[in-house]
Amino acid sequence: MGRGVTGSSRAPATLLLAHGSGGRLTHELVRDAFLPVLGNPLLATLTDAAVLPELPPGRPALTTDAFVVDPAVFPGGDLGYLSVVGTVNDLTMVGARPLWLTWALVLEEGAPGELISTCATGAARAAAEAGIAIVAGDTKVVPRGKGDGIYAVTAGLGVVPPGRDVGDHRIVPGDAVLVSGPIGDHGATIMACRHGLGSDGLRSDCASEAALVEALFGSGAEVHSLHDPTRGGVLAVCHETAERSGLRIHLEELAIPVRPEVRAVCEVLGLEALSLACEGRVVAWVAARDAETALAAIRRHPGGEGAAVIGRVAERAAGEAALVLETAVGGRRPLDLMSGTDLPRIC
Amino acid sequence: MTRHDLLHDRAAVAGLVRTIGDAAARLGRPATFMEVCGTHTHAVAGAGLRRMLPAGIRLVSGPGCPVCVTPVGYLDRALALAARPVTALCTFGDLMRVPSSTVTLEQARAEGRDVRVVYSPRDALAVAQGTDRQVVFLAVGFETTTPTIAAVLAEAETSGTPNFQILPGNKLIPPAMLALVDDPNLEVDGFLLPGHVSVLAGWEAFRFLAEEHGVPGAVVGFAPTDILRGVLELLEQNASGRCAIVNLYESVVSPRGNPTAAALVDRFFEPTNDSWRGFGEIPGSGLALRPEWAHRDASRIPVDLPPAREPAGCRCGDVLRGLIDPPQCPLFDAGCSPATPVGACMVSSEGTCSAWFRHERWGAA
Amino acid sequence: MCLAIPMRLMERSEIEGVVELDGVRRTVSLMLLPDAEVGQHLLIHAGYAIGAIDEAEAQTTLALLREFADAMVDL
Repeated sequence: MGRGVTGSSRAPATLLLAHGSGGRLTHELVRDAFLPVLGNPLLATLTDAAVLPELPPGRPALTTDAFVVDPAVFPGGDLGYLSVVGTVNDLTMVGARPLWLTWALVLEEGAPGELISTCATGAARAAAEAGIAIVAGDTKVVPRGKGDGIYAVTAGLGVVPPGRDVGDHRIVPGDAVLVSGPIGDHGATIMACRHGLGSDGLRSDCASEAALVEALFGSGAEVHSLHDPTRGGVLAVCHETAERSGLRIHLEELAIPVRPEVRAVCEVLGLEALSLACEGRVVAWVAARDAETALAAIRRHPGGEGAAVIGRVAERAAGEAALVLETAVGGRRPLDLMSGTDLPRIC
Repeated sequence: MTRHDLLHDRAAVAGLVRTIGDAAARLGRPATFMEVCGTHTHAVAGAGLRRMLPAGIRLVSGPGCPVCVTPVGYLDRALALAARPVTALCTFGDLMRVPSSTVTLEQARAEGRDVRVVYSPRDALAVAQGTDRQVVFLAVGFETTTPTIAAVLAEAETSGTPNFQILPGNKLIPPAMLALVDDPNLEVDGFLLPGHVSVLAGWEAFRFLAEEHGVPGAVVGFAPTDILRGVLELLEQNASGRCAIVNLYESVVSPRGNPTAAALVDRFFEPTNDSWRGFGEIPGSGLALRPEWAHRDASRIPVDLPPAREPAGCRCGDVLRGLIDPPQCPLFDAGCSPATPVGACMVSSEGTCSAWFRHERWGAA
Repeated sequence: MCLAIPMRLMERSEIEGVVELDGVRRTVSLMLLPDAEVGQHLLIHAGYAIGAIDEAEAQTTLALLREFADAMVDL
């Protein structure tokens, strides 16, 4: 049971196809496994759709996400927790205050009850931490072999307060690039699980960024754009942002915070930390003059202690690479998106 | 400062670069040095070292990427084996996106073939012990990797695991280097020699390059400082007219290598003539399973093979021999890119063309 | 084909050992290095220990690099 979760999730010992068919067993599953931990007045009505109260002033923001993670339970989190914080973070990145989520599960026949309970409890804990409510849900069960234990699909609704405008269109040359903490923790943890690497210190960084980002806005720093470096890591968000904005981003390798355990996993498996997913970090583009203010605000916030300025934005001339790394030894190399999945290599 | 920090130390690198500049000035002429290890290619590109060297000092890559030198026919045979319902193909990740005459292993997996990525040959043995399928492990790599495959074969024997076989594809570096120095078109002033191959084979395996062919070499590790020390040594040898193989990776490399590993390899394998992409056949450069291990040899399984097809216009061979830089291949960035690789040099992240495309293609960066 | 990492041998049995780097542990085969001693730093490649690191030589290399680094500081 986590902080803010008062009930206890009980899932069936053996999940049957009938648990997804909408009858008595489905009702019991929802009543015993989900409602006790996720319950709130809107969800408890259990009708076809949640009718929401009026939105606060501002522009509504809507996002959707699908979660497929193997293993579904890992050091630092589980698929349930991850699915909620991931959705919350998507809303946060456009400057929205997250409010309500939907949570749909596709379960595999025979999925262990403990897995379902862990994920339900994880989702509830994440919702409590992020201050949001899960207001609608759905559960389907597919035959054994047709799923991977548990998949989650979400939608998230939030509101961008009036006057707030973040996006790549606001990035200008001179902007500082900040990251809110050490990179690659989640991806390294997952790869370590998959490849038999043990570590006491290695855990996913998955967490809600909503409060940290509000603190950043509250500092008065001029925030231009935000991205969460999930799939593809810091490399992907910086490369895409540089391409989209037509500008050039310089990253300073020595300034990029990486935990020793993450670096070790990367060395053993032949991976690059910049390409590993983070599930509780923000990359922020802020006006040059506000870099120190922004950094201080993030560092003061719980979870942001390891924040750093990792690069700058510059003009890009024709034929120049969009993303460049100043290497730790004083060299310089262009960075591009890795093609294909992150496969461990021995070469 | 930790050991890692020092090996990657900015000031040490700066000091080495400065000393290299002085040595290059003393030499007074351009020089080309070749590395023959994909991990070196990756390390040079990763640290941005190439641009730090003085003008006139050129680093080129040779046939050091086992993925790149694996002929199309090997991939075709692997895919034909994977097409059998009884097969579970296990491979290092490095091979998944290599083009064959038809599809890649990655595409074959998407189409429903049992193809699994493993980090270690031991993982493949574990797969065999957990399934009724016939596991075929794609055995590629040079002297660093071959002993690990011999070891897993030994474990397969002692554990009595009948459904584990390999598709032999391991190769030997020194015979390929002999082919390089015998090539009149190749102009190389020294070799950066592969540090981890040398851990297993011993640095004396490379003495013939200096003693019989007049090309100096430095055995180096993989940190930026290791590589730069090698460049400095080769410059100094060129300037002084010395020609020797020098071991600069003394912490792990010995003259004769790892005897346990050598014995294990010898137990299972014998040298054979073998085909390298871009070189054709190089005598004594491959490793075949000895006849008594026929039951472990998946190359003996009869399969239908498509006619081996090398892509038209692909100049991987010339790239691998260090004769051209990647941009001189007509397909480079004109249909052949890391996202859509035509030749093997573009697939592997440390293949010469891939490294060039991703790091050297931009003018001033 | 050379990606090999130095890791410290923490414990061992007949043919296997547990090695560690910065808190990350892995079980590896010692079949290629049967005389490996607990406490040694070993080079690990594809799940096997392939060689042992001579600490004295490693220190010599580091001292050499410190000289290059110091030469730059003195500039």
